[in-house]
Amino acid sequence: MAQFRICPDSGFYFDRSAEQLMKVNAVAGVVCLLVAGIMGLGVILTRWQTIHLLPADMFYTALTAHGINALIFWIIFFEMAVLYFASSTLLRCRLAAPRWGWVAFALMVIGAVMNNIAVFSGKSSVMMTSYVPMQAQPHFYLGLILFAVGALIVCFMFLGTLVIAKDEKTYEGSIPLVTFGALTAAIIAIFTIASGAIILIPTFLWSIGYISHIDAEMYRVIWWGMGHSSQQINVAAHISIWYLIVGILFGARPLSEKVSRLAFLLYILFLQLASAHHILVDPGMGTEWKIFNTSYAMYLAVLASMIHGLTVPGAMEVAQRRKGLTKGLFEWLRKAPWDNPVFSGFFIALIVFGFLGGITGVVMGTEQINLIIHNTIYVPAHFHATVAVGTTLTFMALTYLLIPVLFRRKLFLPKLAQWQPYIFGGGMTLLVLFMLGAGTLGVSRRHWDMGFTGALLSFEYPGTAYMMMAIAGIGGVLGVIGGAAYLIVTVGSLLFGEKLEKSVGFLESFGIKPLAAELYTVERPETLALAEKLPPEEHGPSGFEAPGTFMLAMLLLVCFVIYYFINWDYLASVWPMG
Amino acid sequence: MTSFQPPAERIWWKTPVGKDELIWIGIALVWCLIMFFMMPYWHVYGKQNLSSEAYQTTPAKFKARVDAMVEQYKTGEEKGVPIVSPPAGSDVYILARLWQWYPILELQKGKSYRLHLSSLDWQHGFSVQPVNINMQVVPGYEMVLNITPDQSGDYGIVCNEYCGIGHSTMLGKIIVKE
Repeated sequence: MAQFRICPDSGFYFDRSAEQLMKVNAVAGVVCLLVAGIMGLGVILTRWQTIHLLPADMFYTALTAHGINALIFWIIFFEMAVLYFASSTLLRCRLAAPRWGWVAFALMVIGAVMNNIAVFSGKSSVMMTSYVPMQAQPHFYLGLILFAVGALIVCFMFLGTLVIAKDEKTYEGSIPLVTFGALTAAIIAIFTIASGAIILIPTFLWSIGYISHIDAEMYRVIWWGMGHSSQQINVAAHISIWYLIVGILFGARPLSEKVSRLAFLLYILFLQLASAHHILVDPGMGTEWKIFNTSYAMYLAVLASMIHGLTVPGAMEVAQRRKGLTKGLFEWLRKAPWDNPVFSGFFIALIVFGFLGGITGVVMGTEQINLIIHNTIYVPAHFHATVAVGTTLTFMALTYLLIPVLFRRKLFLPKLAQWQPYIFGGGMTLLVLFMLGAGTLGVSRRHWDMGFTGALLSFEYPGTAYMMMAIAGIGGVLGVIGGAAYLIVTVGSLLFGEKLEKSVGFLESFGIKPLAAELYTVERPETLALAEKLPPEEHGPSGFEAPGTFMLAMLLLVCFVIYYFINWDYLASVWPMG
Repeated sequence: MTSFQPPAERIWWKTPVGKDELIWIGIALVWCLIMFFMMPYWHVYGKQNLSSEAYQTTPAKFKARVDAMVEQYKTGEEKGVPIVSPPAGSDVYILARLWQWYPILELQKGKSYRLHLSSLDWQHGFSVQPVNINMQVVPGYEMVLNITPDQSGDYGIVCNEYCGIGHSTMLGKIIVKE
C-alpha cells in the first residue's frame, strides 16, 4: 500500500518509495559531481599554461573522468530524481513499480563505478566520446551500458506513473506544464538511450573481440545520436525546473499553456537532429543532409528555446506585477529575491544559457561557420555555458529547494549558499568567455600542451591566446570554489542541518531505519485541482503582459544577430574552399 | 501554485495567446528562417564551403598515393620530413598518423589544389593555424577539399582530435609561397 507524507511548508505530497528514490539518486549525483569537480580542477590547472599541473597521461585521464562524471553521471542521476518528482510528487500519485526503481538505481551505481574504475586505471583515457578505433577496456563500455539500462527503467517508471495517475484520476484536466516538460525529457531520454545501445553494445563486443571492425564514421554519427541528444534531455529538464521554480517562488503560471507546451513539442520533434552538429566537417555527408539536420529542420528547436526564453521570465514578470511591482520595465526584476540562492541560481542559469550557450551553439552549428570552430576550445566553452551553468546551476538551485522540502533539513551555512550561485556562475562565465576567445584564436580542445613541447616541427599560438587561457583558468578555479561551496552546503545540510521534524535523523531520511511512521499516511492525497482562473493584465503603453521580458528578449535577439554576422565575416577571411 | 498545477482551462489549447508572445514568435521565426537560408546562400555566393566529396579508402591505398606524390614532387626536407611542391591545380595529399602530419606541402598563393585527407590509424583533427580551418580526419575515409590559399606564409597543422599520449606533439606544416 502506498504511503504518503505531506510537506507542511510546500504542500507537496511525497510517496514514500518515490521520496527515498529521489534522495538516493540526488545523493549519488552529488557524489559524481564531487569527482567531476576535482577532475575539472586538474584539467583547468593544466590548461592554464603557466601552471601546467598534470603530466600528459594524468591530464587525459582527468579529462575523461571529468567529462563522463559531469556530463553523464551527475546530470542523469539528478534527472532521475527530477523524473520521480515530476511524476509522483507533482501528480500526487503512487510510484509505478517502485522495486524496479531500486533495480535501476543499483544498475546505475554499478555502471558508474565500473566505468570510473576503467577510467582511473589509466587504461581507458579515451575521452567521453570514446571514438573508435581507439579502444577502451571492455568494462568502460559495459559500465555505460548498465548505467543506461538503469536510466531507461526509470523513464518507463515515469511513463507508468503518468498512466496510473490518469487512471486513478489523481489530478483534474491535463498534466501540469512542469510534468509535461519532464515528459519531454523522458521521451528524448528514451531516444538517446536507444542510440547509445545501438552503438555501445557493438563497441563493447568489439572490445572483447567478438566483432572485428567498427566503422569510425558510423560510430560518430550514431554516437552523437546519444551524445548530443543526452544534452537535450538536460535542456528539457532544466527548463521544466525553471517553470517549477518560478511557480514555487512567485506563484507564476505560464503566459500561455498552449505556447509553452508547443515549444516542448518542438523539442521532441526536432532536437534530435542536432547530432549533425558534430559531423559537419566530417567526410562523407552531403550538403543537404548537413543543412537540414544541423538547423533542426529550419531552426525549429531554436525557435522553441527562444519561446521558453520569453515565457519563463515572462511568467515571473506577470506574477510579480500582480503583486504590485509594476513600476517601469524592470521593478519586478530589481525587487526579486536576489539573496535567495534558489532564485539567483535559476536566473543566472537562464541568462548564461540563453546569451552565451544558446547563441554560441547556433553559431557553431551553422554548416560553414563550423569549420572555424570545430574541435577548438570554443566547443567546450559553449557547452560549459549550456550544461555547467544552464543545467548544473539550475540543479544546484533546485537542491536548495529540495533540502528543506524533501530532506526536511534547514540549509547549513545559509550565507555560503547565498553567495554560491554568484561564485559558481561568475567563475564559469569568465571561463566560458575566455575559452570562446581562445577558441576563436584556434586553440585546440582536449590538448595537453599548447606550447607543443617535444614536437618535431614548430608552431606558436599568439600571446593573447595564452593570456585568455590563463583568465579562463582563473574562472575555472572560481567555478570549482563555487562547486565546492555547493557540496559543503548540501552535504553539511544533510549531516548537520537543523531537522525540521525532530524525529527524522540522517539515516532515517534515507529510509534505512523506519521513518517516523506518524509522518506517513496511507490515505490518498487530495485530487490535484485545476489552477485558478486569472484574466490577463496589460501593462504600459504597449499593452503587453510582460513588457520588461519582451525588452530582454529583444536584447537577446540583437546580440544574437550581431554575433551571428560577425562570425560570417570571420569565416569570409579564411582561405576559399569548397 | 500554477506552473505545476493542471491548466486553469480544461480546453487550454483554445485559449487565446497574448500579444507579447505572438509578436516574439513571429520575430523569432523570421530570424530562424534567415539563419536557415544563410547556409544555402553561402553555398552559392560565399567562398568558404565544405566539400561533400569523400571516398572510402584503406590505409595502404592512401599511403601508396601519398608516397607517389612525395617521390614525384619532393623538393627538400625539414627535420626529416619531406617538403613537397606539387603543381598548381593538382591533387595533393596529407596523411595523419600517430603522431605526425605527412608530408609538408609547399603551395602557391592564389592557386587551387585538391587536398586529400585521411588517417592511417586513429581519428585526428586537421587544424590549420593561424588561419583556423578545422576538419575531422577519419580512418577509412578520404575527404577531398578544394582549397585556394590566399595568404602567403608558414602555417602550422595542429592535431585537435585527441589521439593518445603524443597528441600534443602532432604538428605539421603547410608553406604558402608568393
